[in-house]
Amino acid sequence: MFELLSQPAPDGGTYGKWLLSGLTWTMALAIAGWAIAFAVGVAIGTGRCLSGRTIPAICRVYVEIFRNIPLLVQMFLWYFVLPELLPPNLGDWLKQLAPPWGNFLPAVLCLGLYTASRVAEQVRAGIEALPPGQKEAAIALGLHPRHVQYYVIVPQALRLLIPSLTSEVMGIYKNTSVALTIGVMELTAQARQISEMTFQTFPAFAAVTITYLVLALIVWAGMTWLEHHLAAPTSTACDPRPVFLPPVKEENR
Amino acid sequence: MNNFDVSFILDSLPYLLKGLQFSLILTAVAFSCGIALGTILALLVHLRVPVLGLIAKTYVALIRSIPLIMVLFWFFFLVPLFLGWLSGASRPVPVGATWTAFITFALFEAAYYCEIIRVGLRAVPKGQFEAAAALSLNPCATYLHVILPQVFRATVPIILTQTIILFQDTSLVYVLSLTDLLGAASKLAQISGRLTEFYLTIALIYLVICFGASQLVWRLRKKTKLQ
Amino acid sequence: MLNQSDPILRLENIGKYYGRFQALADISLSVQIGEKIVICGPSGSGKSTLIRCVNRIEAHDSGRVIVAGHELTAKTRQISQIRQDVGMVFQSFNLFPHLTILQNCMLAPIKSRGLDRSDAEKIAQNLLSKVHIANQAHKYPAQLSGGQQQRAAIARALCMKPQLMLFDEPTSALDPEMVQEVLDTMAELASEGMTMLCVTHEMSFARQVADRVIFMADGRIVESSPTEEFFRNAQSERARSFLRRVDL
Repeated sequence: MFELLSQPAPDGGTYGKWLLSGLTWTMALAIAGWAIAFAVGVAIGTGRCLSGRTIPAICRVYVEIFRNIPLLVQMFLWYFVLPELLPPNLGDWLKQLAPPWGNFLPAVLCLGLYTASRVAEQVRAGIEALPPGQKEAAIALGLHPRHVQYYVIVPQALRLLIPSLTSEVMGIYKNTSVALTIGVMELTAQARQISEMTFQTFPAFAAVTITYLVLALIVWAGMTWLEHHLAAPTSTACDPRPVFLPPVKEENR
Repeated sequence: MNNFDVSFILDSLPYLLKGLQFSLILTAVAFSCGIALGTILALLVHLRVPVLGLIAKTYVALIRSIPLIMVLFWFFFLVPLFLGWLSGASRPVPVGATWTAFITFALFEAAYYCEIIRVGLRAVPKGQFEAAAALSLNPCATYLHVILPQVFRATVPIILTQTIILFQDTSLVYVLSLTDLLGAASKLAQISGRLTEFYLTIALIYLVICFGASQLVWRLRKKTKLQ
Repeated sequence: MLNQSDPILRLENIGKYYGRFQALADISLSVQIGEKIVICGPSGSGKSTLIRCVNRIEAHDSGRVIVAGHELTAKTRQISQIRQDVGMVFQSFNLFPHLTILQNCMLAPIKSRGLDRSDAEKIAQNLLSKVHIANQAHKYPAQLSGGQQQRAAIARALCMKPQLMLFDEPTSALDPEMVQEVLDTMAELASEGMTMLCVTHEMSFARQVADRVIFMADGRIVESSPTEEFFRNAQSERARSFLRRVDL
């Protein structure tokens, strides 16, 4: 069924190569987008929980704007509208960026900052779920408020968060396909292009779908591993036995 | 930047509103069909119905791992073939982009609602099932009158939040060249060349609707938490 | 059908396992109509498991459970038939939180017994006033105190007109000041001749109400004696040390 992938394409390569190139762009979007989303999201989410008024308010405005406009509309704003709103020389530079960067750059920024608003909400929820005693104890130790956040609150919140961050990572890799609307030739775009070239819609779509499934599986496995290895010891996970004794096999009751 | 032309937007407002109407109808249909189908799928998985439960599980995992645009393309391609096969015709039956959108969104959202309801089902305390059994309620009455009402009550905020996301996602029918709110704006923008005005306007419309809706959900969540 | 002298409940050599852990071993017991039995024993002794086998909330692995002359098998129809005749009150109340107290009481009579609404409501109102919470009928469970909730749960079970009532530690989840109101309700029910099987640690209640006390340990019935005899002169050392530890 997938002999299509070894067939020569009009550009001299094979359709398999097209698919690989699509995969590369999908991965590039997802990884770079996630880097932005995570950094900005943690900052904004923590900002929402600081005392004071201004910073939480600004962070809230950010979240509400980026969360409540459809990703596709945001894509168009970055791609079509932003260059018009910037000073003319900067806007022109953006418009004349050599392909594929002229499409990729707005797509990555859009994807990253959109996902950041969702990550921020998860971070905030995680921080609010922490027992208040944590913050109180940290303050009682005389830690600087910045260090309270950096060493005590955020690390714990992130650990709690890994399951919900998993779904955001899954979200960003699926949302990469929206970039096709501004001309990034990622996986879904390649699926459509190959099917239009060859009229072999089924194998083209199937190959790309399987690729997505494998990616999903990798993301899921990776996040599960992370969750396992970063988990803070809890009363059940923590082993009370002295370390030099070999573990006793539990009798199954 | 050219000066922002408001009169232009005002003139084309009726067309934009018609697009918005389509977005809202698509959301409503996908919501109601999605909830119904999602509940059935969740029950199949929860009750571990042989074969059907496994199929439901696989379907949900599959749909949730693929981008919505890809699913839209799949259904645009598959539904005509399926209908052709169903009606015994030798050729695919063209269904058009509108029907594809309705079918896809209903089936796609069902997978997401299913996951929410399944988690809700798991969260119902065991004692509730036992009490229903002790009262000799049959499984049908148990789920209909005891379990599902609690599940829906507990998951309403999550379901509504998912529905706001669904409303935003309807903008993706752009790839099928349909005239939803975004589609209407994009068509007007192409004709007039005023991309900035149109895209900023609809961004604002989406923002107002989704922000308003999410505020309502937030209030509801606070209210239910108090009880 | 059932003679007055036939037992309403007969357990024959019941065994129950959780994995390799034996929760019940060789339990035999027979309960006459109108009899009030209290089951006590240390935690983990299998008391709750035992009464949960009576209406098959848990399935026993070996032996026979015979309720009102019918043996409990895996047949759904028959289980549901038997559950209609056996009421159960849980430690954690298990009222349905989304229904009012009255609706809680009416649900099963309508859906399982096929009563019409007005009859079901009449019965429910009746029983709610009997447990002294008629004025709470239209409230939701979360709006009631623990003691009121448990009395509502008793009324809910009674609405099915059961022949046998099972109580699974009905006062263990209650604040101390609410224990007595629930025990009073149960004592009242006993005085009307209801057949009762109660798992409880309330030894004063057992003394006052029970005809017979069953003491369990490690999944076995260690002792089964008439109430007076059990408290005055328990046979086994385990029962005696148990009695010394519980507050009388």
